[in-house]
Amino acid sequence: MPETKDRELTFGEAVKEAIAEEMHRDSRVFVIGEDVAEAGTPFKVLSGLVDEFGTGRVIDTPISEPGFTGLAVGAAMTGLRPIVDIMFGDFITLTMDQMVNQAAKIHYMSGGHWRVPMVMRTTLGAGRRSAAQHSQSLHAWFSHIPGLKVVLPSTPYDAKGLMKTAIRDENPVVFFEDKMMYKLKGPVPAEDYTIPFGVADVKRAGSDITIVATSSMVQVALGAADLLADAGISAEVIDPRTMWPLDEPTLIASASKTSRVIVVDEGYERYGVTAEIAAVIASGAFFHLEAPVKRMGAMHVPIPFSPPLEDATVPSEKSVFEAARELCGKS
Amino acid sequence: MTGPTLQFETDSTIGVQQWLDIYRRMVAIRRFEEHVNDLYTRALMPGLAHLYSGEEAVAVGVCYALRTDDYITSTHRGHGHCLAKGASPERMFAELLGKEAGYCRGKGGSMHIADPATGNLGANAIVGGSAGIATGAAFSAKRLGNGRVTVCFFGDGAVAQGLLYEVMNLAQLWKLPVIYLCENNLYSEYTSNAEIFAGDLLGRPAAFGMHAESVDGQNVRTVYAAAKRLVERARHGDGPAFLMCNTYRYRGHHVGDINRGYYRSKEEEQRWMTERDPITGHGAWLLEQNFADASLLKQIEAEVASEMEAAVQSALAAPYPSLDQVEKDIYA
Repeated sequence: MPETKDRELTFGEAVKEAIAEEMHRDSRVFVIGEDVAEAGTPFKVLSGLVDEFGTGRVIDTPISEPGFTGLAVGAAMTGLRPIVDIMFGDFITLTMDQMVNQAAKIHYMSGGHWRVPMVMRTTLGAGRRSAAQHSQSLHAWFSHIPGLKVVLPSTPYDAKGLMKTAIRDENPVVFFEDKMMYKLKGPVPAEDYTIPFGVADVKRAGSDITIVATSSMVQVALGAADLLADAGISAEVIDPRTMWPLDEPTLIASASKTSRVIVVDEGYERYGVTAEIAAVIASGAFFHLEAPVKRMGAMHVPIPFSPPLEDATVPSEKSVFEAARELCGKS
Repeated sequence: MTGPTLQFETDSTIGVQQWLDIYRRMVAIRRFEEHVNDLYTRALMPGLAHLYSGEEAVAVGVCYALRTDDYITSTHRGHGHCLAKGASPERMFAELLGKEAGYCRGKGGSMHIADPATGNLGANAIVGGSAGIATGAAFSAKRLGNGRVTVCFFGDGAVAQGLLYEVMNLAQLWKLPVIYLCENNLYSEYTSNAEIFAGDLLGRPAAFGMHAESVDGQNVRTVYAAAKRLVERARHGDGPAFLMCNTYRYRGHHVGDINRGYYRSKEEEQRWMTERDPITGHGAWLLEQNFADASLLKQIEAEVASEMEAAVQSALAAPYPSLDQVEKDIYA
């Protein structure tokens, strides 16, 4: 880990710093999307970027997600490196043909002749009281598709390093940011660094149970681990950081060590990424497991608006804590 | 359809040799497609193919107005575009047969031929699916200042897709060097246009303030002249255009679409083939202008026939990819 010099940035600032540094490094990089320029996105993540690079490289578009995503695919094939901004993760549904049938397949379908080096930035996470069309976590959709890479940073440090890797990657990369995490602060080095895809990070070491957590659920898992420590249970929290490529060896090694595993993710539990991760662990660490791998994801309902209802749909520190305690036979 | 009636425009850069070359290219596409149909009926080709026969003047006329480094995007009915942009018939046949020597190492097949060397960004099996890619290539050309123009080929069926309108809006807004090239062959798969389009097709681009016109897609000289003018206009920074070429698909939607009586009559097909054939028409013009005599045209046809026969045989003899290829090239 490079020297942090005690500098702290928010998650949002880290994302923006990565993009700005890459735009300085490589004139082919540009940002395109709705309200990315003067507005700096509704979450203000890109505030000021247009002042630095101008409207030729920080480009506001009409509300045409398939159109500007498709444009980015073509631009990526022909010498530029677009960063497409999809304001809410729910809107990726509009871009599916361009991402799944076009971007993901062009390299393979052309026998390796064309490349699509682009990044799609978007958001995930409930909790903003925004109801069913602005609250989903749909990263499993893209994780299902060969040809795409899917990144889910959970700290400001990871956000900067992973974003730089995404921009330098020769393939289409989808980068999901938890919109509730933009104000989260953490150490971020001012210097250039990248974090390789497919390398999980142990966010907290432990010996009794492994909690594999992604994106928004990493903080939840760390909070649960604190509660577990008070209850005499040592939890290891592992963040895979990328859904694909997936660091299977690290997950299996941790599960083999602790013998109990919970996988927590804010996407829908049914057919979600927790199922894939649990299956990887179940087959890779089978002879070391003391209990079936437990999965925790969003309830299988459209995200409701009413606060008590919405809060019930997503795993919490308390629910993860209770599930872990039960799995360890101490409930 | 509305739009200005195009008078034949003489282009001083085009001489006898080029007009003969244009004839040869159209004959080559026709011959290529006949072989494809033959390969299909003899069960030598996996899957299906969508033949371009009848529409040759569009691909050849348009691509003759392009530089090698200009871009095209193509469609499921794309063999003509690829050949007209300079693809090798041998590598195309190899691709159609799923062979390693094919343009996509056998991984794409008939509907996905792509070739960076000739600026072919790829054929696309999603109707209208390449409109974004073409617009993005034009965006790059403008940003990089390389003077390249992109032609986005699509059929009338794609005019029903929303993506096209989103990117035409962007292209006009940002004055991108892209030509939206609509091959109006009157049928969306098995359905007549009369059943699916409200309003005027050219009124759609016009609503964005985009230059739009319609030409006889069976006359290669007319197509060339219009394409040349619009391509140069785009190259000089005057923005995108929409060119509709009125044409006709001689065969079915794909090679297996044999009994077509429920959506169009044999008489209609015969009428287009006998009265509006682009190759016969251009051949007659060459004779009329004394640019060729009948024996020269026959000679060109014979040369093309033997070239295509050799290409097919070579592709048939070529090996399939090795199994380890199945997991290669998923990621760059």
